[in-house]
Amino acid sequence: MKLRIHVTLKAGVLDPQGKAIEHALAGLGFAGVNGARVGKLIELDVADSTTDADIDAMCRQLLANTVIENYRVERA
Amino acid sequence: MKTAVIVFPGSNCDRDIAVALEQVTGVKPHMVWHRDTALPDGVGLVAVPGGFSYGDYLRAGAMAARSPIMGAIANAAGKGLPVLGVCNGFQVLTEAGLLPGALMRNAALNFVCRDVALTVENAQSAFTSRYAAGERVMFPVAHHDGNYVADTDTLDRLEGEGRIAFRYAEPVNGSARRIAGVLNDAGNVLGMMPHPERKIEAAHGGDDGRRLFEGLLETVGA
Repeated sequence: MKLRIHVTLKAGVLDPQGKAIEHALAGLGFAGVNGARVGKLIELDVADSTTDADIDAMCRQLLANTVIENYRVERA
Repeated sequence: MKTAVIVFPGSNCDRDIAVALEQVTGVKPHMVWHRDTALPDGVGLVAVPGGFSYGDYLRAGAMAARSPIMGAIANAAGKGLPVLGVCNGFQVLTEAGLLPGALMRNAALNFVCRDVALTVENAQSAFTSRYAAGERVMFPVAHHDGNYVADTDTLDRLEGEGRIAFRYAEPVNGSARRIAGVLNDAGNVLGMMPHPERKIEAAHGGDDGRRLFEGLLETVGA
């Protein structure tokens, strides 16, 4: 089973990388970029028997730092 | 006092902190490999050193925080054993949940490598007893991810409980409330981005860091 884990910064957590990207896009002449946030995409290939609870535990215990990040699991 | 220094793949301040500990305690620290599952008997302090464990893969400190030795460290910390995390060690301790908050990329996205002024906010802890509250000290920093983040409630709690051990006296990395080092609720775990082990003798350009280790030796006992 192929999974895509999207890890994104929680709302309210400042993202200096996102800010730099936003400024760089403006510098390239793209007007109207109102924000940029950088996250991660982790592709996993897991056994079909892997339970939702296991996947959730993987996200909470390692893939995302829930102090600052949210995660979303997408089944490919 | 016997001490242990944890060594991860990618640690690079393990020797620095071992030298500092040996100079102050007179005893060579145990160098403990991260795959070990137990700490040596009778250690009075565990040091989690700086560096770039696992190349900062996933997040700084994330992989190291799940190393086998961390279970033993969490267990010992729960029983009151002093644990000091410096730089990457601080990142590891937050990732392991032994300290609140997280360390993000520096606000200006730059690697900061210089001496910075800190104020000692809490001079009552096992780590800071040789300093005076409000005292200004100079420690080096060398990090890319030292921008301390926690939610407002956590920050207020840290302030209220005197758990901010050190604060930057100047802008350094965007840290919330200029936090440079925090204690756990029991006061026996300290994580800090600046490097006390790199300021322990005149040849380092100062010895402000030495008192941190001397204070530990005094509080924890010989």
